[in-house]
Amino acid sequence: MTQLAQREIAETHPRDVLLRQDRLPHIWCPGCGLGIALNCFLGALMKSGLDLKKVAVVSGIGCAGRVAGYINLDSFHTTHGRAIPFATGLKLANPELKVVVFSGDGDLIAIGGNHFIHAARRNMDITVICVNNFNYGMTGGQLGPTTPTTAFTTTSPYGNREHPFNIPYLAAGSGAVYVARWTTLHVRRLERSMIEALQKKGFALVEVISPCPTLYGRRNKMPTGVEEMEYYRRKSVIRHGADPRDVEIRYEGEIVVGKFVDVEKPTFIDLLPNDNR
Amino acid sequence: MSNNGKGVLTGEFFMEGDVACAEGAIAAGCRFFAGYPITPATEIAERMARRLPQVGGVFIQMEDEMASMAAVLGASWGGAKSMTATSGPGFSLMMENLGLGIMTETPCVLVNVQRGGPSTGLPTAVGQGDVMQARWGSHGHYEIIALSPSSPQEFFDLTITAFNLSETYRVPVVILADEAVGHMTERVVIPPPEQVHTVDRRKPTVPPDEYLPYKAEGDGVPPMAVAGDGYHIHVTGLTHDERGYPAMNAEAQDRLIRRLVAKIRDNADDIIILTERDLDDAEVVVIAYGITARVSMLPIEMARREGIRVGLLKLVTVWPFPEKRLIELAGQVKAFVVPELNMGQIALEVQRVVGSRARTIPVPHPGGTVHDPKVILEAIRSAAQ
Amino acid sequence: MARNEVCISGFGGQGIILAGHIMGEAASKFDKKSAVLTKSYGPESRGGACAARLVISDSDVHYPYLTQPNLLVAMSQEAYDKYASKVPADGLIIIDETLVDPEAVPHRAPVLRMPATKVAEELGNRIVANVVMLGFVAGATDVVSAEAMRKAVLETVPKKALELNRKAFDTGLEYAKKVVEITGSR
Repeated sequence: MTQLAQREIAETHPRDVLLRQDRLPHIWCPGCGLGIALNCFLGALMKSGLDLKKVAVVSGIGCAGRVAGYINLDSFHTTHGRAIPFATGLKLANPELKVVVFSGDGDLIAIGGNHFIHAARRNMDITVICVNNFNYGMTGGQLGPTTPTTAFTTTSPYGNREHPFNIPYLAAGSGAVYVARWTTLHVRRLERSMIEALQKKGFALVEVISPCPTLYGRRNKMPTGVEEMEYYRRKSVIRHGADPRDVEIRYEGEIVVGKFVDVEKPTFIDLLPNDNR
Repeated sequence: MSNNGKGVLTGEFFMEGDVACAEGAIAAGCRFFAGYPITPATEIAERMARRLPQVGGVFIQMEDEMASMAAVLGASWGGAKSMTATSGPGFSLMMENLGLGIMTETPCVLVNVQRGGPSTGLPTAVGQGDVMQARWGSHGHYEIIALSPSSPQEFFDLTITAFNLSETYRVPVVILADEAVGHMTERVVIPPPEQVHTVDRRKPTVPPDEYLPYKAEGDGVPPMAVAGDGYHIHVTGLTHDERGYPAMNAEAQDRLIRRLVAKIRDNADDIIILTERDLDDAEVVVIAYGITARVSMLPIEMARREGIRVGLLKLVTVWPFPEKRLIELAGQVKAFVVPELNMGQIALEVQRVVGSRARTIPVPHPGGTVHDPKVILEAIRSAAQ
Repeated sequence: MARNEVCISGFGGQGIILAGHIMGEAASKFDKKSAVLTKSYGPESRGGACAARLVISDSDVHYPYLTQPNLLVAMSQEAYDKYASKVPADGLIIIDETLVDPEAVPHRAPVLRMPATKVAEELGNRIVANVVMLGFVAGATDVVSAEAMRKAVLETVPKKALELNRKAFDTGLEYAKKVVEITGSR
């Protein structure tokens, strides 16, 4: 820890050193789960043993995309959907960096879905934190790639007629070497998984199921953050090693959480045709 | 011939334009390439895939052109000189992150080997229809640098120039090549590394707690710290202040956009490269770029033999547009003849700049092949009257 | 002649583009002339008709395309039919006699016949027909010197096929010398 860090710790919250204080307060709504996800991430960073000078955080666009802007590390707020390819370039230009993509389900799985599966296929050495709140928050609560069938959003006013992506299954099927899912209720387990994902070599994914009471919950019988958390408490089932194909989240249905995949596989950088690794 | 320490493939070659571009990139210090196969630019990616591992660089074939451009920006922030190469359809997809590159002032090079368009158009045939897209293709108002080579040697040379300009001004530089030059094979002389002039981005000299990542120096360009340098930079495509933090107000927008535009406009004299032939006594000036500048040499020679005093102004730098030089010439000549493989893009710029001071005669051509020299000759003759 | 315009044409797989590249390299790198190679590209280079076009000049080549070819090397009937009539009377047409009937279309320029594919087959591999032809072109014309062409061939071909290509080139060259002796054409 740097001298600066020690001074800050003495006077403020131990994790403040990892936040850009001059950017607070954040933009997130009351009851939003992003603060919890960010707090777990900061804890994971501190406990990961990583050299924080060599950690870079990349976000796309959306509410979760703002995370990069609050973290006091090298951080990049890129274009919608392109956080993963940007992170890919960053990592390959300087393999010493630990590159983390922190973004939302719409950013990573809809507009950025193709990049997500290809980075997983290549086993690109990046950690991906995907905060899934079942809708597009920043633009006012539209249907997303993860919105459960029949759920109401501003662009599914008659109930969602589409089938959602099951993100762990998508990641595992595409080649991710680490896949875990927790809700923002499971803070200790979430932090632990984030540490594991940060320490993992290769494409590691942590999905964070997170409340969006203002836009999603309100239209789906959970108008406060507490009610969404209550839903997680009632319906979450910890099942480590569950087959990812069995963890789809249905409307008001069970949320299977846990670590689903943790395997070893050479990364893209391991397999480069030169000695510049 | 030797592939010496800096990776410069010194020697004399009979080399294809696209290959020369790749070698120029490597000579300039490019060590990262991300791309997606597309005719007629694929040979650049193929050459980089072979060459980069030999010089300690990284090649990656991405899943599409949006990803390619994003990866190129990421690599630049990782400290590498980076490049991608594409053609029309891929160029369209890269416009999104070209904008991010401009907004975040990310040095990199984007090569567009133009083919016939719109849409899929003529994948294997020449076009110059993306000139205005290079200028205005990403949303918002910005200034950009674009260079246009007319031969494989120039493709090599200008790729180095492109990297140097991008590092100097912290702006993505577009190389507006075309299928004809990309697929043409000709003598290319690659100098020894000590004769290759390269420029590296300015680094901050102040400690992290004093560093403002978007505070410009005298020339309008801020020094650049990259990830891992210890500066804890924040980089965003949102309008931002000197700290790099989002600033959602008109004042911040005013300050930022005026600076991004000014750093190109105010340095235009240093950026612009023109090749002039026989302009001293010219009453007619052919303005052309890329393959068309070369094609125009034949009708110019023919017209000279007929006694017409005609010269060539070749736009090596297409953007920023050489307004000053054009206004000078407009006072001396009768007319500008503007052949190009589109239906009149640079011709519009010429008209805009010279106004009624001289005639502008467009010689449009939709592409697919080059101009019949006789058509350009005819335009020169009519301009001389 | 200050400016030579050469069209080498055949079908994909014959090494037409490679032959054009070798000839251009011979002119550019070893004869120190200006040379520009342009070529048919795309579906054409994958089995159909294909052409390498060279402008070779003692001075700078500004206009890089053919205005009127004065040397046609035709290695397929289709190529011959397409280009033969474009060569002027003072130009030259060289055909692969194995594959081309020169009387199929009218032509003004004289025709030299070289059974390149047959010779290549006799040498053991028809794949070197293009190099046989380059040897012939080097011997029958002075667009590029034989020495330059030989250097360019040997620099370009894979190491393991060096001997076969050397033989192919020399055979073509010898063949040309005989034809030139008989016809007096050069």
